[in-house]
Amino acid sequence: MGGSSSQLSKELLNEYQDLTYLTKQEILIASQRFTDLLQKDRKSTDTTETGRVSKKTFLELPELKANPFKDRICYVFSTSENHDSMSFEDFLDMLSAFSDSATLEVKSYYAFRIYDFDGDGALSREDLEMLVNRLTGEEENSKLSKDEMRQLIDNILEESDIDKDGTINHSEFQHVISRSPDFVSSFKIIL
Amino acid sequence: MSVTFVDIPDVQEDYSPCDEREVHNSFSSVIEEAENDVLLELIPRGRNSGNRRNALCEYHHATMRILANMPSRTIGRCRGGALSEYYNRTVRKRQSKKRPSLYSMERRARPSVKQKDLSEEAEEEHQRLLVSELQKTSGAQRIRLLQSFPLSLRVKRELRYLTLETDGFRKGRNVNFCCSSVSDRISLATHRFWLMLLSALYALRPWHAALKQIGGRFGSSALSYFLFLKTLLGFNLFMSLLCLLFIVTPQAVHPHRSSNPRSFTSLELLTGAGYFTDTVMYYGYYSNNTLNDGCSSSSNTSVCRGGKGGLPYHMPLAYLFTIGFGFLSTCIILVYRMSCSFGESFRVGFFSGVLALKVFCSWDFKVNRIRCVQRQKENVCMQLKELLSEHLPDRSNPDFKKRLRHVCVLIFSWILCAGSWLGAALAVHMISEHLHKDHRARQRTGGEPEVEAMLLPLPLAVSLCNLLLPYMYHALGLWEKLDSPILEVYIAICRNLLLKVVILGVLCYHWIIRKAKYLENKCWETFVGQELFRFVIMDLIFNLLDTLFGELLWRLILQKKRKQKCRTEFDIARNVLELIYGQTLAWLGVLFCPIIPVVQTLKLLLLFYVKKASLMRNCRNPSKPWRASHMSTAFLTLLCFPSFLGASVFLSYTLWSVQPSMSCGPFRSLNTMYEAGKFYIKQLEMTNPQLSWVSRIHYYLWENTFFIYLAAAVLLIVIYFHIQIVNGQRKIIMLLKEQIANEGEDKCFLINRLHSVYEKKSRRHRPKIGNNR
Repeated sequence: MGGSSSQLSKELLNEYQDLTYLTKQEILIASQRFTDLLQKDRKSTDTTETGRVSKKTFLELPELKANPFKDRICYVFSTSENHDSMSFEDFLDMLSAFSDSATLEVKSYYAFRIYDFDGDGALSREDLEMLVNRLTGEEENSKLSKDEMRQLIDNILEESDIDKDGTINHSEFQHVISRSPDFVSSFKIIL
Repeated sequence: MSVTFVDIPDVQEDYSPCDEREVHNSFSSVIEEAENDVLLELIPRGRNSGNRRNALCEYHHATMRILANMPSRTIGRCRGGALSEYYNRTVRKRQSKKRPSLYSMERRARPSVKQKDLSEEAEEEHQRLLVSELQKTSGAQRIRLLQSFPLSLRVKRELRYLTLETDGFRKGRNVNFCCSSVSDRISLATHRFWLMLLSALYALRPWHAALKQIGGRFGSSALSYFLFLKTLLGFNLFMSLLCLLFIVTPQAVHPHRSSNPRSFTSLELLTGAGYFTDTVMYYGYYSNNTLNDGCSSSSNTSVCRGGKGGLPYHMPLAYLFTIGFGFLSTCIILVYRMSCSFGESFRVGFFSGVLALKVFCSWDFKVNRIRCVQRQKENVCMQLKELLSEHLPDRSNPDFKKRLRHVCVLIFSWILCAGSWLGAALAVHMISEHLHKDHRARQRTGGEPEVEAMLLPLPLAVSLCNLLLPYMYHALGLWEKLDSPILEVYIAICRNLLLKVVILGVLCYHWIIRKAKYLENKCWETFVGQELFRFVIMDLIFNLLDTLFGELLWRLILQKKRKQKCRTEFDIARNVLELIYGQTLAWLGVLFCPIIPVVQTLKLLLLFYVKKASLMRNCRNPSKPWRASHMSTAFLTLLCFPSFLGASVFLSYTLWSVQPSMSCGPFRSLNTMYEAGKFYIKQLEMTNPQLSWVSRIHYYLWENTFFIYLAAAVLLIVIYFHIQIVNGQRKIIMLLKEQIANEGEDKCFLINRLHSVYEKKSRRHRPKIGNNR
């Protein structure tokens, strides 16, 4: 698809606008940024597919660079075989989910995917531990102690695991998220 | 008995997600399909995985089926979730079978993909189902639905394409072939131009980059201050536009005095008096007659010329209506925003899972600087540890002595606060009395600029109070050592707010009651306008000084002393209260000084840049947990309740029951400003008898109290109904919660019963199986 070039055709633009939560301007800016990324990518590596940015270059994006979940974000939104490169449409998907006007439903769905590290469709104890570690930083001095971690995960499961199967599934996750008014405003990445 | 149990799942299937089905009527079949898949998936998972509860693993197939149909499994099941689950499941299935991924599959219209196995057919069936459901919806709804699917763009496009195709539409892409090359090129060029224009407009969006930068470094908490400032700026821009268009410009076009007697000295920018007194800035300058056919009242030819075109422009009416309209629309917007904000931040029903919320929702994805991310991590870690320590059961109760001391400290600090409010009110009262006596005495002797400059100590004193006392409250808050940081913030806000309310109350009393009595022969409205102008300017100056000394100097001192990078925290609550105070001044002053919204707009613009620069240079992230949406709701409420409501009460009192001064302003020769409307209607009736219906309508709807009572009664009834509905909903929520708890117990009970039944059954069967093996 020639979607990554800076000249988007009118139909394509309209289509993108219809299918994502982005406005025309946002799509245009995104296409500009993506073209820049492509150029950067071409300089650093020479074996790239056409119209795709490698994961390494993509994570250099200033909006993502410092994010502790950047690799997860890339993994969730990438549609390539090994989840290691982003096409323009993947990029748009990502921006749409993180945009202002995306609904809580969409946002919570992607948040769930991002936090579901092993990809089994439920947040298990291991997933939660990894999530907390990423939130607090993985260094030894900033990490929670083992006891604290166990207590924390026990509490989280007690609070949100409604069907008591030891994991948090998507419905339960959404149930929790919908109680937080701040989530929609904090789950946002603006270009 | 076991036979009946085995039958249960099929019965259950019929109604388990029934309420969901009602809501998402259009997608019932897809959801149902997805749910059936859940059932199928659940069974092997329950058997094989070792890390689930051991007891669960042994449960029988039928038990699992029943479990999957339990109401709790379907809580919050939504259309998007179901759809995506079903899509992702197919992805998983394909991956597990080592088949090409779903995305290469999407082009299955091509002949190259030939073999289709069973699962592929099932998937196509799924897709067909989705498409047919999509077709049932209308155009706009379909777009909204497609947007809300958490699927990748390519899949969405495919779905849309299929939907359109079967609808009988052709896609736009192929239409272009029939166009001639010239028109094609023209349309392309215009399209390209339009794109350029769009990107240019995007760059112009006000403060997008600045807000992103602030959000990137400080997260939502500091951002909420700037967003609040932006909201205020919007209100002021609207008000300034109204005032400029309908009050200031018409009067400026028809100046009624030949020249200003006073000359301009730079002191006016501070005092607002002197040269400015007889200009469009103040109430006193505005004329009390019709502007563009006022040849009789003025000999000026420029006035006469306007009379030729259009309707007469009656200044008092314009003045009254513009300000009334401005306030009314501001009120509506404010209340609307407040209700939205309340709806967002205080959802019906509360959820006690603090830790889960903290872990799932606390990360701010906006933050994009490495150092700030580090800081956010530290904050999250600290807050989690605090919350965990609260959850630990061994919280020792403080002994009696400590508690007594704590109570004493609390009482003492509140007494101190009350003293500060009383003191501030008294000081403002005394200074104001003294200065105005002095002012009157000096005015008789003459010496213009000095007279006006002598009035400056009052705003100076008030601003000083506003600047210094909050620091005292902050210190008191540190001394009190309250348990919850949220409570601390609210108490600080409450104290600051009361201080401001007290001071402004005293000032308003002075302006209206005393000025209206004392300055009878003078134009007291202009005087009040000047006072408010001085207050606004002084507030700005003190804000800037506070930023300079409180933040910049403090940082320099800290850096010198500790020899390291050390920054102060940005006190959002205090800064927002300053904004609210400034806005109240502006609202109070609109009637007396129609140019004040413009001044306020400029002030806010300046403040935005200064505060942003100071924040970037001098401040660090607040370490306290800051519930941004709750706090912004609180601020909006404060802006609405004491600030806007107070200003409106003040203005309505002025309009309805204070006599305007006789010698100046648009309302001279009237008993109250409000009478202008009545007066005009009477005049209209006299000059144009055919328009008497206007006066009759005015009489029956406005003067007659019956309609007002009726409107009030209707409003009260509506409010009553709403309260009843909300109460009912609350009760239903309570009942549902109880029901959920009961269901949980039922579930445990049933599972145990089932378990025991199947255990018995399998024990009966096991010997046979053993024999077979």
